[in-house]
Amino acid sequence: MLKILFFGQLKELLKTERLDIEFVQHDKSLNTVAMLRCLLQKRDDTWNEYLAPDKALVAVNQEMTNDDLELHDTDEIAFFPPVTGG
Amino acid sequence: MSGFTKIKVQNQDFDFANEYQELRDSTSSDGALVAFVGLVRDINLEEEVSGLFLEHYPAMTERVLNNIVKNARKKWQLGSVSVIHRVGQLDVSEQIVFVGVTSRHRQSAYQANEFIMDYLKTQAPFWKKETTTQGDKWIEAKISDQEKTQKWQ
Repeated sequence: MLKILFFGQLKELLKTERLDIEFVQHDKSLNTVAMLRCLLQKRDDTWNEYLAPDKALVAVNQEMTNDDLELHDTDEIAFFPPVTGG
Repeated sequence: MSGFTKIKVQNQDFDFANEYQELRDSTSSDGALVAFVGLVRDINLEEEVSGLFLEHYPAMTERVLNNIVKNARKKWQLGSVSVIHRVGQLDVSEQIVFVGVTSRHRQSAYQANEFIMDYLKTQAPFWKKETTTQGDKWIEAKISDQEKTQKWQ
């Protein structure tokens, strides 16, 4: 299972805080962050627009990463807009 | 005496005098202490702001702040470092963030403090939502903040 989290404005726009997706090891259609992003973008126009790589950053297991990273079962993947703390 | 690293993400306010004293007490070999406090402004992009809501990604925030301090310690010889960031609902002129750094000499303390703030603003997973006269508004990240981290690379 992949645990997917959304934060900030993205959470509001997608009206989703958390989503769990079945993960099958060695499934070539879903083994990188990029593929997961694509899969989620297909849900509808809003998801397509706001999950675009230039709008939503991604962290895997609490570490900022890029879309090439390979996924593993039980990973926690978080999508969020550029950060604005401080 | 060697110093400490303190990282805190909390709802409640912090007391500047206590934080300052704790840093002072932690080291007797450091001749410099630089402390920065970020506050909630009442105006942003020409709009009146009456408050701020700060959201964060709890599991990730402290990890990122710790990494930023570790990187600062690699660049400069530092004594103690305190980073406190508040989350939740904040009113105008409340304190948001405290960064305090001690070092032998002032240059390292000034620079490390700025380095920590620059990276905190672009790497730590916090998001601000302003309450304005026009309604609630998520703040957008500034490109100028991104550029500030580039000078440290």
